[in-house]
Amino acid sequence: MNAAERSIEHLGTVELRIPSKPEWVAVARLAVAAIANRLPFSVEEIEDLKLGIAEACTICIQHSAGEATIDITCDAAVSSLRVEVRDGRYRASSEGAPKRAPAAAVEGEGLGIFLIQALMDNLEYSVDPANGAQLVMTKVVGA
Amino acid sequence: MDIKVHVRESEDDAYVVELGGEIDVYTSPKVKDAITELIDQGHYNLVINLEKVRYIDSTGLGVLIGGLKRVREHGGTVNLVCTNPQIKKIFDITGLVKIFGIFDDEAGAKKALA
Repeated sequence: MNAAERSIEHLGTVELRIPSKPEWVAVARLAVAAIANRLPFSVEEIEDLKLGIAEACTICIQHSAGEATIDITCDAAVSSLRVEVRDGRYRASSEGAPKRAPAAAVEGEGLGIFLIQALMDNLEYSVDPANGAQLVMTKVVGA
Repeated sequence: MDIKVHVRESEDDAYVVELGGEIDVYTSPKVKDAITELIDQGHYNLVINLEKVRYIDSTGLGVLIGGLKRVREHGGTVNLVCTNPQIKKIFDITGLVKIFGIFDDEAGAKKALA
């Protein structure tokens, strides 16, 4: 295995489901920070991850209808962490993978999306009032 | 998760809102209430001290921006005290450093109100 292959070697997956309510966002933030702590991220990178996950959860809450959950899946690799945040009622579009939503659909959460884009190394998202929200972000160690 | 909000009157008609803890989607309404109450009472020159804030997200930034917009309608302003590098970074990347006066200490923030 060469260095590039080793860097994306999968270490494990952690799944978390929280109620789609503001008081639970801190739990998601701290859980993802604990996972990130197991990788060689700097303190600043972990703070970036905490903010990115919290913003994604906030977007899901803003789009959730009543009693819903937020499902968070963290895929840890040797030098990166991929986090998928989706509201419990998310239904993938016929194309499957998340994509950029039309600008008008994400106007309300502009600052949150902007922050995630600025702090993460990759972001794909789909925010649709009918189908729910899904955000997939990746942070790479030392990038 | 916690947020501490302490409001105190300063000299020169300024009010200081001292915040501590984490400002997120859950706690930001409490911050908004404190700022709104001051503005409703006619206080338009505010210093918001973020020195003891460990974390702020877009909802917290939204509360600060909303407060600034309201006081500016009355000729006032909001100056921030911020020393946490991570929070300063958030203000930097969002461009809010150009909108708020951001100071390293409360004395500087109050002096700039005058």
